[in-house]
Amino acid sequence: MDRKNCCVKLSVHPSRGLMDEKFIVLVQKVPPGFQLTVHALHQCEDGNSWEAFGHYTANASGTVNVSQDASLGGTFSGVEAMGLLWSLRPVPGSKPGLRMRKKNVETPMEVTISVYQGHQTDGFVNQVPLASVLIERWYMAPGVRRVPITDCGLTATLFLPTGPGPFPGLLDLWGGGGLLVEYRAALLASHGFASLALDYLTNKITMETGKVVDNRYFETAYRVLQQHPQVLGSRIAMLGLSFGSAFTLKMAVYSQVVKLRCAVCISGSHVQPIDGSVQEILQYFHKHGSKTRFSEKNEVIWRELLLPIPTDPSLKVDVGRLQCPLMLVVGEDDQNWPAYDSAVDIQEMMERAGNSHLLTVLSYPKAGHLIEPPYTPHARASMFRAVDTRQKMMALWGGETVEHSRAQEDAWRKMLVFLRENLYGGTNPGATILSHL
Amino acid sequence: MPQTPILSVLPTRSLVDEKFKVLVENLPPGSPVTVRSLHHSEDNHDWEAFGFYVSDHGGTVNVSEDMSFGGTYTGQEPMGLLWSMCPVPGSREGLRLRKKNVSSPMLVNISIHSGHEGFRDRAPLASVLVERWYMAPGVQRIDIREKEVRGTLFIPPGPGPFPGILDLWGGGGGLIEYRSALLASHGFASMSLDFLGCELPEFSHSETAFNIIKDHPQVIEDRVGVFGLCLGSLVALNLAADSTVVKPRCAVCISSFTTYPKEKLLALYPDEITKRLDKLSWDENNHEIWKGIGLALLDVDPSEKVNMGNLKSPVLLITGCDDQNLSSFEAAEDIARMMCEAGNEHLLSRLEYPGAGHLIEPPFSPHFRATQFMTSDRGKVVMLWGGHTKPHADAQEDSWRKILSFLQQHLYCRHKSQ
Repeated sequence: MDRKNCCVKLSVHPSRGLMDEKFIVLVQKVPPGFQLTVHALHQCEDGNSWEAFGHYTANASGTVNVSQDASLGGTFSGVEAMGLLWSLRPVPGSKPGLRMRKKNVETPMEVTISVYQGHQTDGFVNQVPLASVLIERWYMAPGVRRVPITDCGLTATLFLPTGPGPFPGLLDLWGGGGLLVEYRAALLASHGFASLALDYLTNKITMETGKVVDNRYFETAYRVLQQHPQVLGSRIAMLGLSFGSAFTLKMAVYSQVVKLRCAVCISGSHVQPIDGSVQEILQYFHKHGSKTRFSEKNEVIWRELLLPIPTDPSLKVDVGRLQCPLMLVVGEDDQNWPAYDSAVDIQEMMERAGNSHLLTVLSYPKAGHLIEPPYTPHARASMFRAVDTRQKMMALWGGETVEHSRAQEDAWRKMLVFLRENLYGGTNPGATILSHL
Repeated sequence: MPQTPILSVLPTRSLVDEKFKVLVENLPPGSPVTVRSLHHSEDNHDWEAFGFYVSDHGGTVNVSEDMSFGGTYTGQEPMGLLWSMCPVPGSREGLRLRKKNVSSPMLVNISIHSGHEGFRDRAPLASVLVERWYMAPGVQRIDIREKEVRGTLFIPPGPGPFPGILDLWGGGGGLIEYRSALLASHGFASMSLDFLGCELPEFSHSETAFNIIKDHPQVIEDRVGVFGLCLGSLVALNLAADSTVVKPRCAVCISSFTTYPKEKLLALYPDEITKRLDKLSWDENNHEIWKGIGLALLDVDPSEKVNMGNLKSPVLLITGCDDQNLSSFEAAEDIARMMCEAGNEHLLSRLEYPGAGHLIEPPFSPHFRATQFMTSDRGKVVMLWGGHTKPHADAQEDSWRKILSFLQQHLYCRHKSQ
């Protein structure tokens, strides 16, 4: 099949897209009924290789359109326009427990999309494809500015959207693994929100002095954002995932400084000692450490630590006092936090208090804990190092890949609409452009 | 809370021949806005385009669907913000926009302003930065400096091998890379050649360049075509019809002609112009019109032209009917006549565009009716290329698609159905 190589035409549009944009993969000029494999290969920053592939049969015109045709097998099946990205998995021989997370958001994720003859399942690296193209996937839209923030002892990065501004702001918090994780804030800035990614566990002061931050740290981050000349101080939201939700809810309800337009909590809980801050919450987890369970593969399940949901009001954020819209994103198969049980309890509390009109719960069956922006691989379990214990262990996050990937796509779109409505005003602003995602 | 307008362009990064969608939302209903594009070129000039729009009852303006009621373009024009660009008020006369560095994108700032007239006095409500690329990701750029050939080869991503193209520009000379880069982004290993830059420019020089492409390990040796504009089309047709050394698989010629300089020495080309300067004319702006010279050039003995009857491979001729630089329409008629007489006119396809000028470039590039040009004997003049903006832009868009389809058909093998 040597000279026939020149026939096959492979194109991916757009060849340079944002991480949450869809693409169209088109294979043309193969013989009608030709069996082929469309393959994606990505080498991430830590050197690990990830791949995904789908099996297709060309139609009578010799064309395969991944957005319209069904994959007959591979790492995904059925009509899945973006399966080549969300079903990426470490190549055979990789270390277990890998998770794909981009550190440098100023460069794109590069993926090689190739077409191979026949329905293949392995050995791609030893073959010459019929055709291949390179695509770029970006967290930062052109013109988005990345600004490291170290004022007032913060360890943070601000991403400013392109344009004259000023822009609504957003405080972006990740979970118990710590580190300064920038990619979601970068992507949110690409959608018009001046987003501050905040490291509150492995931040400079804590690392140097051993002293864990308290509530003032989050209030300082809010003030720095609010006072920034390119931020609309009266339009700030907070977004937290996992442990980050705890502080999102604490600030939303109790802080005299933080006045949020809206809040989003992904895979979080309202269960925490309401007095105190980071240190006290961590201690609360330790107290219940005996409730840690293990799967048959020896993966750590932490969801029981906060269960049962307490009735003691000093152990739950009083969400009945919430005055801004709240969106909860929940994976029903979350094995790391009791997000679903917490959401049920939050709903009850708010109904009793009469402010449940502020609440939106997006609950996804078979989705796990790590509900991230769409089209990145799902990790059912991965190696995790909790900042306090410094122990490395395989954490079970939960979720089934197909349903989890759909949940990521759906939740992200709905989160963007929620943020746009609350921060930009108007009804369903940006709906048309968001329908392209 | 007052609504803040939201501006989105999808996609924000694209190839120069791809379309984008510009959407403005969250405006008050029925409000007049101006959508404007601004580009700062490599040679430090500012180019802009703008359209006057009115939002709908939902507060939305969709540039792909709505009409512009004024500005540098009117009507329903999804890409008007690019092809109708012109130098900002106060700019020098006769500017032309051409990207030199194809490894970086063209940056265009799209912004929205309230109101129509006088919009420049008002700060933008929002703006988005857009990247327009000549090179797709993975396209390789290789400097070629061998056998006195000075060129740049662009190779598409993938295992290859690929069909090849020799890309030739006009009498202005230089090494112009952008069309080759774009062709490579469409799967052709394409080499731009500076065929006037060597010590003694000759047609054989281009034959050498053609063979460099043909012999490249990533090129399919019997699938190499030629692509030329203006003087480049003469070189392309020489290779396609008169060369005994090379056999291009097909040829694309924009604004073509077939008259050889004396003794077929490419270096003597300027003399052919100088000899016919009595046919030079000027328009009301004192811009030089060379069309008369072109007509005079056609009026030579057939032995002094490319022998189109020799042609054995397909050729696509693209002509702007308002070409004021060359009599390219008459030249195309002449080529058709020669081929008819020789019996090989089945190889000829012609695309003629009313209202289009000489410089038919890849789509969405601005139209240049007249720009500065360095002549060999009279220094810098402003040359009238012809064409009117809207039909010229349409010609660029329409011809490019047809050019790619032609190249695809003749350079990529056809699959025989089983």
